[in-house]
Amino acid sequence: MGLDKLRNLYQAVILDHANHPRNKHKLTNPTTTMTVHNPTCGDTINLQVQVKNNRLADIAFTGSGCSISQASASMMTEAVKGKSTQEAQQMAKTFSDMAIGKYHYQKDLKKLGDAQVLINIMQFPARIKCATISWWALERALAKEDQTGEQRSK
Amino acid sequence: MSNPWRDDFPILKQRVNDERLAYLDNAATSQKPQAVIDTVTHFYEHDNANVHRGVHTLAERSTSRYEEARRKVQQFIHAQRSDEIIFTKGCTDSLNLVTSTYGNQVIHAGDEIVITIMEHHSNLIPWQQLAKQKGAKLKYIDIDENGQLKMDQAARLITDRTKIVAVTHISNVLGTVNPIQQLAAIAHQHHAVIVVDGAQAVAHLPVNVQELGADFYAFSGHKMLSPTGIGVLYGRHNLLAKMTPYQYGGEMIAEVHQQESTWAEPPFRFEAGTQNIAGAIGLGAAIDYLNQVGMDKIQHHEQEMVKDLLPRIVKMPGVTVYGPHDADKHTGVIAFNIDGIHPHDVATALDMDGVAVRAGHHCAQPLMERLGVPATVRASLAFYNDQQDIDQLLAAIQDTKEFFKHGTR
Ligand SMILES: Cc1ncc(COP(=O)(O)O)c(C=O)c1O
Repeated sequence: MGLDKLRNLYQAVILDHANHPRNKHKLTNPTTTMTVHNPTCGDTINLQVQVKNNRLADIAFTGSGCSISQASASMMTEAVKGKSTQEAQQMAKTFSDMAIGKYHYQKDLKKLGDAQVLINIMQFPARIKCATISWWALERALAKEDQTGEQRSK
Repeated sequence: MSNPWRDDFPILKQRVNDERLAYLDNAATSQKPQAVIDTVTHFYEHDNANVHRGVHTLAERSTSRYEEARRKVQQFIHAQRSDEIIFTKGCTDSLNLVTSTYGNQVIHAGDEIVITIMEHHSNLIPWQQLAKQKGAKLKYIDIDENGQLKMDQAARLITDRTKIVAVTHISNVLGTVNPIQQLAAIAHQHHAVIVVDGAQAVAHLPVNVQELGADFYAFSGHKMLSPTGIGVLYGRHNLLAKMTPYQYGGEMIAEVHQQESTWAEPPFRFEAGTQNIAGAIGLGAAIDYLNQVGMDKIQHHEQEMVKDLLPRIVKMPGVTVYGPHDADKHTGVIAFNIDGIHPHDVATALDMDGVAVRAGHHCAQPLMERLGVPATVRASLAFYNDQQDIDQLLAAIQDTKEFFKHGTR
């Protein structure tokens, strides 16, 4: 049956992240909070970051959505935690390039950790948004952090 | 439940993801029979010209076919006169037409508009925004636990302050058929008009706008076997005659001077610019086809399928079905969820089994909120579906449950 093809998308590691999401809670001292919605399906990701010395000292999310969006958020937070904000921004770009089938370097892909298994999402165009929504939230959170961070240091 | 009509729809012959295609997304849009496709092609190959503008032979032909389509619509919904039929881009356009002409003219501060909690956004946002602009009040008729309108509440909400009641004929989520006749009677007692959204009804049961008591009746062609981009607004002649234009431009005028213009009679007053001529002619062909099958037969066949499908899906462990569970009260629009699996994951899984359904809020967010769910899966039938489609859906739901048996959240 078609379920073999389904396994292409829902690999064990994705189901594991969906069932046991990492970093799914609220931070006590976030420096920036960002909420994004996917209006076509009602998914919501509420992302919190704590930036210290240009590093993502901590990151967590809450929200609801399909297994792809939840797993992707979980994998994203794992991949970027402890990274510099610049690195995290670069990773977000690699991820969105990968999701839409654009060229990306193999070594950049490796940095994404578990998140790189979502490369198969390209074969399911209707679900690309589900995978990218958390990375999009990250990009927006970091952009906001840049602005407010500058103000804080003034 | 064999099906003599399925073969008339060429698109259904393909395989999807190496599986037989079970197309169960008819509430989003219907498929098109060969007869409609051929009519549209024939029009472009033989008769294409702009309407009401030329004296040449092709213009004459296309004009007469366009106006013939209008008469077919008139007869199909049993309107009294053909000039009560306005061609639009679709149901959304039809409803916006009513709001921005009739609605704009009659609604004043303090007036009330009554709609229902099950409305599609296209019969909700236009009224919401009109009410906001005018300082009018928008009121909602609620549903009971079976997904049916609370008629006692409707009788209380509709008062002499009510100027417009707007309600869907059939819910695009719950599959309920609303008591339009009763609502029309209440509205008329209070000198209000009733606007009916017929998007989910016209292709599924015989519609008689006069018997329903509808003052306006809106629908899309694409949900009834026609091309996209064509729709209809029916309006009572005495109302249309007093309405201001919707858009300005060619074809909708009587006389134009430098500082003043006067308007053509309905329906032309509301059909500014070159219309979707091929779409209207395609709609005419769709009506011919539906009449050939017979709307009574279509309703009966769909109801037989619901009688088989609904109890079987309701009985599946871990599956929640919204709307009435009584097959006599439920049309072929069936919204459901599977415990622990997000509707989008369900829809992707069903697609891998060749079953096309929709997942999401179905452009009815206030209803989703009322039901307390962010989204649902929706399977929706048409008369060209058959027993195999139903069995394939149920088997695919079973597969999906097994695949995600450890849950996804
Ligand atoms: C009940 C109802 N009303 C209105 C519409 C809007 O139709 P359209 O998008 O063709 O304008 C739909 C279509 O989804 C519908 O189901």
